[in-house]
Amino acid sequence: MNPESTTPVNAADALIRIRGMSTRLNGKTIFDGVDLDIPRGRITAIMGPSGTGKTTLMRHITGQLAPDAGEVIVDGQNVWRLGRDALFALREKIGYLFQNSALLTDYSVFENVAFPLRQHLRLPEELIRNLVLTKLQAVGLRGAADLMPSELSGGMMRRVALARAIVRDPMLIIYDEPFVGLDPIALNQILRLIRTLNETLGVTSILVAHELAAVRQIADQIHLLAAGKIVAHGAPDELARGETPWTKQFFTGAADGPVPFQYPAPDYAAQLGFGGRA
Amino acid sequence: MTRMKAIGHSPARFLDSIAQIGACGIFLLQILAAIPRSLRHIKETIRQVWFVGAMSLVIIMTCGLFVGMVLGLQLYYVLSIFGGTAALGTVVSLSLYRELGPVVTALLFAGRAGTSITAEIGLMRATDQIDAMEMMAVDPRAYVVAPRFLAGIIAMPLLACVFNALGIFGAHLVGVSWLGLDNGTFWSNMTSSVDVWKDVINGVWKSVAFGAVCTLIATFQGYTTAPTSEGVAYATTRTVVFSSIATLALDFVMTAFLM
Repeated sequence: MNPESTTPVNAADALIRIRGMSTRLNGKTIFDGVDLDIPRGRITAIMGPSGTGKTTLMRHITGQLAPDAGEVIVDGQNVWRLGRDALFALREKIGYLFQNSALLTDYSVFENVAFPLRQHLRLPEELIRNLVLTKLQAVGLRGAADLMPSELSGGMMRRVALARAIVRDPMLIIYDEPFVGLDPIALNQILRLIRTLNETLGVTSILVAHELAAVRQIADQIHLLAAGKIVAHGAPDELARGETPWTKQFFTGAADGPVPFQYPAPDYAAQLGFGGRA
Repeated sequence: MTRMKAIGHSPARFLDSIAQIGACGIFLLQILAAIPRSLRHIKETIRQVWFVGAMSLVIIMTCGLFVGMVLGLQLYYVLSIFGGTAALGTVVSLSLYRELGPVVTALLFAGRAGTSITAEIGLMRATDQIDAMEMMAVDPRAYVVAPRFLAGIIAMPLLACVFNALGIFGAHLVGVSWLGLDNGTFWSNMTSSVDVWKDVINGVWKSVAFGAVCTLIATFQGYTTAPTSEGVAYATTRTVVFSSIATLALDFVMTAFLM
């Protein structure tokens, strides 16, 4: 474990290299000079308290939101210097599972998964059908191919979104909160799927999640994001044994520590009218 | 204190409004640039023509009929004062072709199709569907916005023609069938006075312009809405208000140039 910095990865081994990244949103500092390397072919988990900018970090990596300073290099390309066509070409190699699934509500489950194929590849209908059914089978929803998103539960929507994210076998898959709303059976299958994709296809995976038990099963390394920086990183078991205040509080779930449980507020007793400090 | 605050905010609000108009102009340029790419999704454009055009037919036909009937009734009364009821067909058709048809169709379009376009795109924004398309390397301006923009330009003149036809039919019902005006007089005066290029085609040009403006406003409001239910509600309201104002203002400008 190496708090306050990240282990530099050899440039050739790092699929994503972030240097000196700073971001302020709505007057609040989200990132303050973050350095981060994501190695190729590994599963890297980004963890941290709510509101610390994990999703914002993913948006920087995928070119959806520009940082105020620093550089974000993905597969050797500085994301924020790419033109529209080059950025779209890069995104074609990235699968992104959104926090709220973001399925296209006018299309069936089948058409949602087929969407990236139809938009970018001229494939025979038979091949599209087979590819889509294969991915739906992997997430356990082949039988739901004809359903509309409105007919699915939250967990099922997430699995369809996962099938869509992997349908083109991307080099990088970003999972933003993939385990929310999954029942234990689905959770176990999705964990196996993420691990299989990583092992068989060498896919690089970034996992944004809060479920420590699930993350420990599959992640090769964890970066703990808090207070605008990477405050700790390392292998899951190593990090869970960590002795820094950040890791102790985060992995034990204690209310007291460097991360306040309470949002900044005036004195509780004074606000309730029971006296106390003004 | 509240008034002072309001005065203090008004320059910022004014500047914000100017910035919004500028942003809408840039959005228009982005749509125009995306149109060639959107032709790949021609099925989506056809679907949108059906959605904003065919689905608006009932309200357009109903309103066209009643507007024509009211025009027939009012103008018959006014013309009878001067003994000129024979000109009813001419006056009704000119009013409809030149002004009422394009303008009322645009106002109805803004209320029926414009709001649904705004709400649909706004909800797509709120539920990350727009971002998901971006992440799948699909330009939402080409896939979502441009087809709706083209559909508005195609559907509006067709709807205005239907509105005009039903309006004339309504005036005929009142003037000829109810009030006893001669059928031949009604039609012959109309056909001899209405010029296809000056009256009908100018009205069509207006409809095309109104279609572009109304769908531009509707798509812009949806695309830039705050991703909340309140944001979508405000955006749909703004679509109706801004489209109505823009339609009437543009009508004045175009009338001045096309006279």
